[in-house]
Amino acid sequence: MADDKSNAAAYWKANVRLITGCLIVWALVSYGFAILLRPMIAWIPIGGTDLGFWFAQQGSMFTFIGLIFFYAWKMNKLDEKFGLGE
Amino acid sequence: MSQFAINLLFVGGSFALYIGIAIWSRAGSTKDFYVAGGGVHPVTNGMATAADWMSAASFISMAGLLATGGYANSSFLMGWTGGYVILAMLLAPYLRKFGKFTVPDFIGDRFYSSTARLVAVVCLVVASVTYVIGQMTGAGVAFSRFLEVSNTWGIWIAATIVFLYAVFGGMKGITYTQVAQYVVLIIAYTIPAVFIALQLTGNPIPMFGMFSTHNESGVPLLAKLSEVLVELGFQDYAADVDDKLNMVLFTLSLMIGTAGLPHVIIRFFTVPKVADARWSAGWALVFIALLYLTAPAVASMARLNLLTTVYPEAAGQVVNYEEAMAEPILYEERPEWFRTWEETGLITFNDLNDDGRIQFYNDANPAFADEAADRGWEGNELEVNNDILVLANPEIANLPGWVIGLVAAGGIAAALSTAAGLLLAISSAISHDLIKKTINPNISEKGEMLAARISMGGAILLATYLGLNPPGFAAQTVALAFGIAAASLFPALMMGIFSKRVNGKGAVAGMLAGLITTLLYLFTYLGWFFISGTNMLPNTPDNWIAGISPLSFGAIGAIINFAVAFGVSYATEEPPQEIQDLVESVRYPKGAGGAVDH
Repeated sequence: MADDKSNAAAYWKANVRLITGCLIVWALVSYGFAILLRPMIAWIPIGGTDLGFWFAQQGSMFTFIGLIFFYAWKMNKLDEKFGLGE
Repeated sequence: MSQFAINLLFVGGSFALYIGIAIWSRAGSTKDFYVAGGGVHPVTNGMATAADWMSAASFISMAGLLATGGYANSSFLMGWTGGYVILAMLLAPYLRKFGKFTVPDFIGDRFYSSTARLVAVVCLVVASVTYVIGQMTGAGVAFSRFLEVSNTWGIWIAATIVFLYAVFGGMKGITYTQVAQYVVLIIAYTIPAVFIALQLTGNPIPMFGMFSTHNESGVPLLAKLSEVLVELGFQDYAADVDDKLNMVLFTLSLMIGTAGLPHVIIRFFTVPKVADARWSAGWALVFIALLYLTAPAVASMARLNLLTTVYPEAAGQVVNYEEAMAEPILYEERPEWFRTWEETGLITFNDLNDDGRIQFYNDANPAFADEAADRGWEGNELEVNNDILVLANPEIANLPGWVIGLVAAGGIAAALSTAAGLLLAISSAISHDLIKKTINPNISEKGEMLAARISMGGAILLATYLGLNPPGFAAQTVALAFGIAAASLFPALMMGIFSKRVNGKGAVAGMLAGLITTLLYLFTYLGWFFISGTNMLPNTPDNWIAGISPLSFGAIGAIINFAVAFGVSYATEEPPQEIQDLVESVRYPKGAGGAVDH
């Protein structure tokens, strides 16, 4: 039982760490590159405009999709590793 | 065949399909009715979620918003997609593991409080009803434009169709109908966009075409667009915004509002496993992004197309824009699509300087006033309604009649699929959480199904009534729906999973604090219950507290909710052991059965 408990706690800790990492990237592309940091990366041209504009209208969405699939894939491995899957 | 006959064929054909699917997938049990039996494949569920999510606003209005706002309106794109990242990581898998039917179910059980359950029901119903009004009016407009019936008839037809498949099929019927609706709406959105991208850039994929070279002028499309706009006194398409605080807060409000909207959350109760809920959120975003990545391309290309239709000389390689814009087209020589949309009143022309030509520019820009006077312009002569961009696209690109019919069916599919999902969320909250869990716990399964169908019928009648008599605040209601979802439901759900310490008192206090502050802030600037003239302060940036726009306040409401809930919880007792065990069990996928009734 104690083993089960510490195993479960380790699983949850790993999950929270993974979520934190993913949400940092999530915030960086949308609030960072697309809004607040846009002036800093404005020197990088892309298709007639700047990189920040691309992130605002396209790049952030590509990143979001990648993040969810990465998270789902990682969590499946965690489920297996800790024996907590279905 | 006339255009009317073609539209009738496409719209009627798509209706026959939806009703056929509803008959085939008729709900037999409460489990079928609320969560489609819990056996929906994650990709299927992702597609249905996408149709559920993308409303008439996404299909019709978003491209128009982007076209007029340019970069500044990117918040809608990021906000309405970024919410799925939070949903996939912070809510969906755990709520699926919890395995009940509705959102108030989780809040009621986790916070062991029928008060919490009732507060959640109220938030859910208010958020969903305000949202559904817009869908009914949207469907009414689409019907009256394409089927040439009155707006009233349009709304009644829409209500009847939704009634038929939602009431009999429940979640099961809705899920499979929404898959069909997704296919119809995405094809309808993409085809005209592909042709416009080909005409303007030679690239058949709109999202890449947007960032490539404009055929006629040889410069990048977006650069060309900005050039033309600036020469007419409009804002540069890619211009940065000064008010970054509100852009960030508005985007955040849309994101957490998206993750907190109940009709989206309940979709994740329908998949067989916890892992499926995670994949399903990813697939939902893929299907949503197919439209959301095309929308900015449609927006920029349609805007350029409109400008170069008025100023044909400005389309090619231009050395001197003033010369190129000296002779806009003669009103008599306007293209055919211009005439058809003039009949609807959504394009209007007023020849202020009596030269028979269409001067289209930004007359509200003081810095451009001298320039305009030099050119002999006496004011902007053309008004174009934002909402026609998508609907007029096939005509602008000279596409055959069947594409117009398809776009009509697509716009209607977008409105109907969202309306059905919202109505189901409302009816399940009433029949399950209010009647079964609060008023009459002994109700039989048959009785509960009947109650669900009756409450759905009632919800449809209410939505129809409100669609016919819109309260005059349709535009603000979207802000209200997102604000409520963001400030009340999302924080309660998230804390219920990620904190064992937050107790019933804390959750109720938090939800009420978030809800009330958000409502007060909105009402202060937009009028009590949005009745114009009753606002206590003018809705201008210098009156906003700390410069926060009412539209962006959902994020602040959510922060208040979190703070109050934690404060009250730590000042009062810990939740009982069985609740802490419940939170523990929600966190691990192991042992999840199907969604169960108790």
